[in-house]
Amino acid sequence: MRGRMWHLALYIFILGFVLNMLGIVSHVIVSSFAKRWFGKPLPPAFTTDWYAYAWTQFDLGQVLTVTLFIALTVVFLALLIGFPAAYILARRNFRWKPLLLLLFFLPLVIPQMTYGIPLATTLYRYGLGGTVAGVVLAVLVPMVPLAVFVLMPFFEQISVNLEWSGAVLGASRGQVFRRILFPLMVPGILTAGLLVLVNTISNFELAFLLAGAGSQTLVVSLYYNMFAGGVRPVYSIDAMAVIYMTMVMALLLVALRFVRPTQMVFRIK
Amino acid sequence: MRAAPVRERSEFDLLAIFCILPALLYVLCMFVYPFMYGLYLSLRPMKADGFSLANYFSFFADPYQYGTIWITFSLAVPTTIIVLLLALLMAYGMRRGFFMERTITTVLIMPICLGVILLSEGILGFYGSQGWFNQMLQGVGLIEEPFILTHNYIGVMLALFMQQFPFCFLMLLGYISGIDPSLEGSARVLGATPWIVFRRVMLPLIAPGLAIAFALVFVMSFAVFPSAVMLGQPSGATRSISIAAYQQAFEQYDMSYASAIAVIMGLCQLAALLVIILFRRRMSTSATMGVGKR
Repeated sequence: MRGRMWHLALYIFILGFVLNMLGIVSHVIVSSFAKRWFGKPLPPAFTTDWYAYAWTQFDLGQVLTVTLFIALTVVFLALLIGFPAAYILARRNFRWKPLLLLLFFLPLVIPQMTYGIPLATTLYRYGLGGTVAGVVLAVLVPMVPLAVFVLMPFFEQISVNLEWSGAVLGASRGQVFRRILFPLMVPGILTAGLLVLVNTISNFELAFLLAGAGSQTLVVSLYYNMFAGGVRPVYSIDAMAVIYMTMVMALLLVALRFVRPTQMVFRIK
Repeated sequence: MRAAPVRERSEFDLLAIFCILPALLYVLCMFVYPFMYGLYLSLRPMKADGFSLANYFSFFADPYQYGTIWITFSLAVPTTIIVLLLALLMAYGMRRGFFMERTITTVLIMPICLGVILLSEGILGFYGSQGWFNQMLQGVGLIEEPFILTHNYIGVMLALFMQQFPFCFLMLLGYISGIDPSLEGSARVLGATPWIVFRRVMLPLIAPGLAIAFALVFVMSFAVFPSAVMLGQPSGATRSISIAAYQQAFEQYDMSYASAIAVIMGLCQLAALLVIILFRRRMSTSATMGVGKR
């Protein structure tokens, strides 16, 4: 009996958390469609004007282009740099491996604000601050290790025997890679790419510290417009938030076809 | 004569170097080097020539600046403890799978994916004095005046909780569900009550994971920035140390002082991590001792 009550309490808490999450999200959505909304459970009249307003006033076309460009570049580079490193870390044993793993682990557990400020200082010194290249370089710092750690278990699942068999049958290193390793790694690459993509689009701290006039991603632009506040109607900011949310949710839905939800957080070993 | 120690054959050949190098160089250039440069810069104040600790002295001489350390600790420590306790309870209760597991975990990762800005904007609306939460409570007749939950200390805690709870819960769930269920079964067969099973068998096994989760959640909460600005009072009660560093860097353009604050922030996080590691060591020895004695 006591066990039952205990489980009930757990479910009530989780239900509360889920409802609160849905409340937060749907409040933003409802507000973005409201004509005026103050102190009532629902707005008296609905409109879609705020989307048009947000699109023109916040220059969303340009912001979205920049965001997508940054996100795709980061995904491409993170995979390009992370793929070979993950291969070696998964396959080989050498003396400095634990140290290397620690080094790759640090950018993921140290808060971005802590290393973001020295990183921004360094990049501004080389004239990269405020540029799209600067944002890409900064966001890559946690994304390269993320790609490495997501790809590693996928390599571990592929038997070394397959590579050896290929080599015995006369395949060169390049052929083993192209014909054996790469096709088997497609699910891993997809998973890593999606995780990097979602994390890049929702990354705030690093993108914020390095953003200039023409290199604001959607989240950063959302933040700045919230503070231009006062002059901007809150409904238009919510409209922008909904556009951002739609993008992330769409990606998340695609991602969940390939990725287990728990893969999105660290595993404690 | 002692036999030479058997060394594992090193498999570090040219290919390995070639493959590792890009990632290693990237982390060294963009992560390690900026840290070193920041440390160096913090020791070269703008106002003086040469090396000096002037930035650190002025930080610890100004209550408006050193007060941020206390503010940040008082935000991060309670949040971490609440998050950890609730996540432990939930994860422990659900360690053998639960109803609608996949749906619930999907909703739980939503705040992680949506990011802090959207979350803060939503909390501002939902928990604001005119938001649904207060309207609901007033509608039921529980309260007369709305609770003030935003633009203060509670607002920031709320945002931190929403961000950190899912992360911590899923991490602990993974850890706890990985513990061999036969241990628990044996304890039950030997007549232990559920509480004794938790206290004597499971908790010592969970403790190391719990310590890591504590450290990660604490360090992340300690760097609280956007939610402290959006949901708190960034010039008063919730002026966290990140805000202080940001203001020096991008409002005063004193990169040297900003680097000093970033170094202090990093040291505070490091100190907390060391405490956890020491604590964890004590915990695991006492756990093994406990087993040995009985």
